Amino acid sequence: MDDAPLIELHQVTKRYDGGPPAVDDISLTVRPGEAVAILGPSGSGKSTVLNLIAGLDRPTTGTVTVAGTRVDELAESGSAKYRRTQIGMVFQFFNLLDDLTVGDNVLLPAQLAGMPRALARARAAQLLDTLGIAKHARAYPGRLSGGERQRVAVARALINRPALLLADEPTGALDTASGQDVRTLLSELNADGQTVLLVTHDLTLAQSCATRTVRLVDGRIASDTAHAAGSGAGAGVAPFTTEGAAR
Amino acid sequence: MSSHGMRLGKSRGGALGRVVRAGVGRRRVQTVVIVLSTMMAVTSTVLAGALLVASRAPFDHAFNTERGAHLSVLADGSKATSAQLAASAHVQGVTAASGPYQQIIAEHGTPSGGDFPGIGLPPLLIVGRATPGGPVDDLALTQGRWAATPGEIVLSTSYFGPRGSVGMTLTFPDLPGKPVLTVVGIARSVTGTGDAWVQPSQIPALTQPGTVPGIQMLYRFANAGTDTQVTADRDAVAAALPHGAVTGSLSWLSAKQDAERSTAPFVPFIVAFGVLGLIMSVIIIGNVVSGAVGASLRRIGILKALGFTPAQIVRAYITQALIPSAVGIALGVVLGNIFAKPLLSNAEFAYGTVSLSVATWIDIAAPCAAVVLVALTAFAPALRAGRLRTVEAIAVGRSPTVGRGRIARHLLGRVPLPRAVSLGLGSPFARPARTLAVAASVVFGATALTFALGLVSSFNDVQAGQNRNGTADVAVDIGATSDGGEVVHVGAKGVNQPAANPSAVAAAIAAQPGTRSYYGTGGVELAVSGLSGTTQVRVLQGAAAVDSVPLISGSWFTAPGQAVVPTRFLQETGTSIGSTITLTDNGVLIPVRIVGEVFDLRSRNGELITDARTLSAVDHVDRISGFEIHLSPGVDRASYISALNAKLHPVYADAQDAAADRGGSTLPFFEGMIAILTAMLTTVAGLAVLNAAVLETRERVHDLGVYKAVGMSPRQTIAMVLSSVALVGLCAGVIGVPIGIALHSYVVPVMAHTAGTNLPHAYIAVYRGAEMVLLALGGLVIAIVGALLPAGWAAKTRTATALRTE
Repeated sequence: MDDAPLIELHQVTKRYDGGPPAVDDISLTVRPGEAVAILGPSGSGKSTVLNLIAGLDRPTTGTVTVAGTRVDELAESGSAKYRRTQIGMVFQFFNLLDDLTVGDNVLLPAQLAGMPRALARARAAQLLDTLGIAKHARAYPGRLSGGERQRVAVARALINRPALLLADEPTGALDTASGQDVRTLLSELNADGQTVLLVTHDLTLAQSCATRTVRLVDGRIASDTAHAAGSGAGAGVAPFTTEGAAR
Repeated sequence: MSSHGMRLGKSRGGALGRVVRAGVGRRRVQTVVIVLSTMMAVTSTVLAGALLVASRAPFDHAFNTERGAHLSVLADGSKATSAQLAASAHVQGVTAASGPYQQIIAEHGTPSGGDFPGIGLPPLLIVGRATPGGPVDDLALTQGRWAATPGEIVLSTSYFGPRGSVGMTLTFPDLPGKPVLTVVGIARSVTGTGDAWVQPSQIPALTQPGTVPGIQMLYRFANAGTDTQVTADRDAVAAALPHGAVTGSLSWLSAKQDAERSTAPFVPFIVAFGVLGLIMSVIIIGNVVSGAVGASLRRIGILKALGFTPAQIVRAYITQALIPSAVGIALGVVLGNIFAKPLLSNAEFAYGTVSLSVATWIDIAAPCAAVVLVALTAFAPALRAGRLRTVEAIAVGRSPTVGRGRIARHLLGRVPLPRAVSLGLGSPFARPARTLAVAASVVFGATALTFALGLVSSFNDVQAGQNRNGTADVAVDIGATSDGGEVVHVGAKGVNQPAANPSAVAAAIAAQPGTRSYYGTGGVELAVSGLSGTTQVRVLQGAAAVDSVPLISGSWFTAPGQAVVPTRFLQETGTSIGSTITLTDNGVLIPVRIVGEVFDLRSRNGELITDARTLSAVDHVDRISGFEIHLSPGVDRASYISALNAKLHPVYADAQDAAADRGGSTLPFFEGMIAILTAMLTTVAGLAVLNAAVLETRERVHDLGVYKAVGMSPRQTIAMVLSSVALVGLCAGVIGVPIGIALHSYVVPVMAHTAGTNLPHAYIAVYRGAEMVLLALGGLVIAIVGALLPAGWAAKTRTATALRTE
């Protein structure tokens, strides 16, 4: 594993409209190959952290660096390029485009990135096949189950071979079986070397998929624990000390 | 109803007002679009209506405003007294009278200043009037002031047109003491009762010794609507005066006929623009209001869930459309009146009338019609909203119905275009009704654009054709001709001035470096078989004359005995190309064969144009009274004229810039009007696109968030939004151009026929291939410009915010 951090949040604070901080002076480092789960109750700031890393939002203070890129300094065009080359995103409610077929949904980021058509199609076909949804390529998302839709979302997130997969409550809108399906998928992806950062309040998801769990409370890191995926948070694994925690 | 129920009702009524206010304020862009659209529609309606009315009855308007004279009677001052003339004001049927005024005809005046200093003037009818006002023929001063003392003169606009100017002087060398009058004002008489006016005390000094000034009396009658009535009125006045005292009269009907002949041709194009504006108003208001209501369906559902009745919903949404519309309508009326003012001022000049203003009924009818139109247009979608079931209303309206246009989108995804572009191109298929409304608006915008450009081209061609001898660079007037012709004297009468020799003038022109080609012109009044009175026969000399008058059909004359004639001549004589007519010249019959139809509006009754040899071969009189010269490329016109005049003045001829004759054209006025109407119609079309793009962007804001989340850049976002209207704009442009051309091809000949002429084909076929392509792209430009703002907003939309939008 490369020692250079993939994600580096340094003393990041985010306030909305001058209110209390949604994220309060947190520092966090994620290395390639890690699967990090950010846990916390509603309003703890976990989605804000995800948005900051995804370049969807900017910190009020502090720096956000992903794969050597200062995300907090990117202009809109730079953010767009960053999102289509460095990260893939999976959302709680899938955010698939209902008017596009499954295949077209998956192809979209590659097409926006200007990937050659043949290459993009081959990559999409490979992902659909790997994720077990190849038979739905010509279907519209509305006809798929929740789990299948989330697999499509994951395929779309991975088509540009991003260094980082961000997942926001990926099992939040799924039934138990589908949730398990997605958990397995994420674990497998991480096992194949994909760095994953997921935000959830689902402890089971964190325990099954993550190699490290960061708990947020009121915008601050309450704990940061490394563990083996599937072993459960803090189960016999020594705490991984973050900068914030060190302070 | 119980008191509780009443309270609830009142509470809901208040809530309704708040809902309406909130709706208006919340959708600011749509509110602004409604305001602007209705404003533009009403502005163009008021403007078109005002101009239509102004163009239809400018003479009547001016005649009523200025209390024009139904009859102007000239009496011989030696046979009738001023008291007798004054008494004629009491003749039965006379409702008002002005005068008596002394009048004289001063010949051979010479101006200093103005456009042609030193050139002799045509005879000048000068009337002695103490004031410009009066119960009849209330003169309108357009420049300067009224003549207050002897030595001052006020010129008529109809005599000098734009060339007269305050401060110039007129010298009358034929008169004792060679009086010099200073022009202190320019005034207009609606029926042309004089060429100039002076104080009555000035008249004796302008009267030739041994002559008596005539006496002018102006009347308005109870009945003077027809020639017969005016003739009867004239006879009644004549009967009240000593026998033979009346030596001339002028009926207001002839002035009216002249005025309408110059304005009527423009009515068809104003009507065309009015109709275009009206149709676009309907489309834009329907589009905007339907869009506004359609975009609020979810809100409607929530309101219904809160207890609003269907009727309240309908009222709320009609009112919501009416409030910004009312603002736009009010602004439109104001703007329409403001814009109309300068245009009508130009029209006043162009039409020779005064104080035109927007008719009050237009200021009332246009906004009332617009309010009714908005209410009716809003009613249908509002009724749909009112009838929606609550759950459906909540569910509908967040985004286009899923499924529409999927096939098109899927197929477009296969097209080798940037994905952002293909996504945009697929969007119109999701909202076919809205797309059609936008397309219709752009079609009409492109139609207006095409029609307008065609009109301007045709007007320019017509104007060029109408100008004296077409496109000559320099015109030479010979001071006097040996016989007949329209003469402009050079120098004062009384000076021993020989007639210029056309041959000597022609030789000077030919020898002048810079002359490319030239031809001689002249004219004479002759009797033509089949026509009463005399007809202007224009003679041309030289091969270069072939280009002097635009040919409509047939061919140019190639030998003596052939002639070309304008359409009106053919109409009035019932002849056609190939017919032979007979001219009578001093009792000699000259057969002339008509070989071509030309575009020539100069003569009221239609003139006949023939080779100078047609007449000279019979009567051996040289009727050439001027020359038209085309210069070689690159020759400086002023230097050429100066050099040529150095040779011509000694032989009593004078070269002038022919372009000066083209001044005072009504063309700039009509071009200005066309520009304003076109700008408004295309702006309205652009607003329709803007509104649709805003609605589309808002409805698809969540999708937009997804696109951005997966890496769509701001530039790609802009490309997507612009692409979503580009195809519609392009198609609409392609459709609008042939419609505009068809409209132009229909309207221009109608205008020409109203003026009593056909047009050369080239004046109608003004569209070139490249122009048509550019015009077709006009629809694309309208669409792109209309969508630029929403595209910018879409690009700036924050991804996180868009993703959170339901």
